[in-house]
Amino acid sequence: MIIGKIEDGIVLDHIKAGRGMELYRILGLDNLDCQVALIKNADSGKMRRKDIIKIDRIIDIDLDAIGYVDPGITVNIIKGGELAKRTHIDLPEEITNVIHCKNPRCITTTEQELPHVFKLTDREKRVYRCIYCESKAK
Amino acid sequence: MKHLIDIMQLTTEEIDEMIDTANDIIANPDQYAEKCKRKKLATLFFEPSTRTRLSFEAAMYELGGNVLGFSEAQSSSAAKGESVSDTIRTVGAYADIIAMRHPKEGAPMVACRRSTVPIINAGDGGHNHPTQTLTDLLTIKREKGHFDGLTIGFCGDLKFGRTVHSLMAAMSRYDNVKFIFISPDELRLPEYLKEDILDPKNIEYVETTDLEDAMPQLDILYMTRVQRERFFNEQDYIRLKDSYILTPDKLADAKDSLSILHPLPRVNEISTAVDDDPRAKYFEQVRNGKFIRMALILKLLEVK
Repeated sequence: MIIGKIEDGIVLDHIKAGRGMELYRILGLDNLDCQVALIKNADSGKMRRKDIIKIDRIIDIDLDAIGYVDPGITVNIIKGGELAKRTHIDLPEEITNVIHCKNPRCITTTEQELPHVFKLTDREKRVYRCIYCESKAK
Repeated sequence: MKHLIDIMQLTTEEIDEMIDTANDIIANPDQYAEKCKRKKLATLFFEPSTRTRLSFEAAMYELGGNVLGFSEAQSSSAAKGESVSDTIRTVGAYADIIAMRHPKEGAPMVACRRSTVPIINAGDGGHNHPTQTLTDLLTIKREKGHFDGLTIGFCGDLKFGRTVHSLMAAMSRYDNVKFIFISPDELRLPEYLKEDILDPKNIEYVETTDLEDAMPQLDILYMTRVQRERFFNEQDYIRLKDSYILTPDKLADAKDSLSILHPLPRVNEISTAVDDDPRAKYFEQVRNGKFIRMALILKLLEVK
């Protein structure tokens, strides 16, 4: 399968196979009107299989959201057909409005316009907790 | 500005300092009678809790201060749909300190982000109730003289019992403490608390369903009520509510030095026949609750 080269845009590479769609959804890429390609199960030397997302425009991208979904992802910014910047993502310390608290007793279910904020509380186990009710992110 | 949202925000030194103040208040109440003159405490109770509210109000009155507030959401602007943030900003214009209780977990955290005055969490759903834990700690310190080396039995609802979770976390910071968790299988201590608090500190604990078996080892027995309001399913509540009832005969093998605590209110989990046993300390605990809240108000208002 051949997906064309992009001139100015973003390539999200080294996404764990199967997580591309989740990232697509969390980043709200369905709202873009430019070309976006989601490649699933691409061959990879290191990872055997990986997902890749190509966005045919340079947009503001939430690196924390990417780090939450999969901290191994590489973000490549392409300008004039060349690699302009490569960023390796780490687990973010805090994420805002990336996920929502699922605890029905949490104040976020009733308080208007309250941002949904989660803090990394255990890096090793990748545990995020709601800063209000301390429920684990699921 | 300082708030009290979670007991674990306080260092053990800060807790010791408040316990010392509370003991001094008990010994010399007259010296504190005007410490908060012309200060106002707002008690914002978005869900009813008569005993906690009265404890805060009595504490402020005994410090010579005044109290304003509401005792249920229906009599507040929350009934009109006002947000917690807006209520707190408004009340901050009238009061010097706020004690709030709210059915939603994390509401006091939202409040303190917007507040211009200190916030005390007087209970947020099944989440935190730090002034109850301070009350428990003051009672343990007054009864035992120390925290280190105690064996504490928690009995009843250990799954939803926030007072259990908070006291366990607070006590886990002292040396050689051992916990015995006594509950039906359905109401066992949540795994995450063992993983987050007990295991990293290598704290010794035992889980059992047998109260009498655990009894001879205990220095403290912390009884809890199975709370109807924490269940989504009425059938589950009815099935589990009478799991453990403490009666005088179950205390046969207990130490003479045992202290029996309960955050109250009780339903039937401690027989009234136990009330006259010198080891029953739960009404002392209520009294201590007022004194430690006085100490807390003084600390947050930075009154010397």
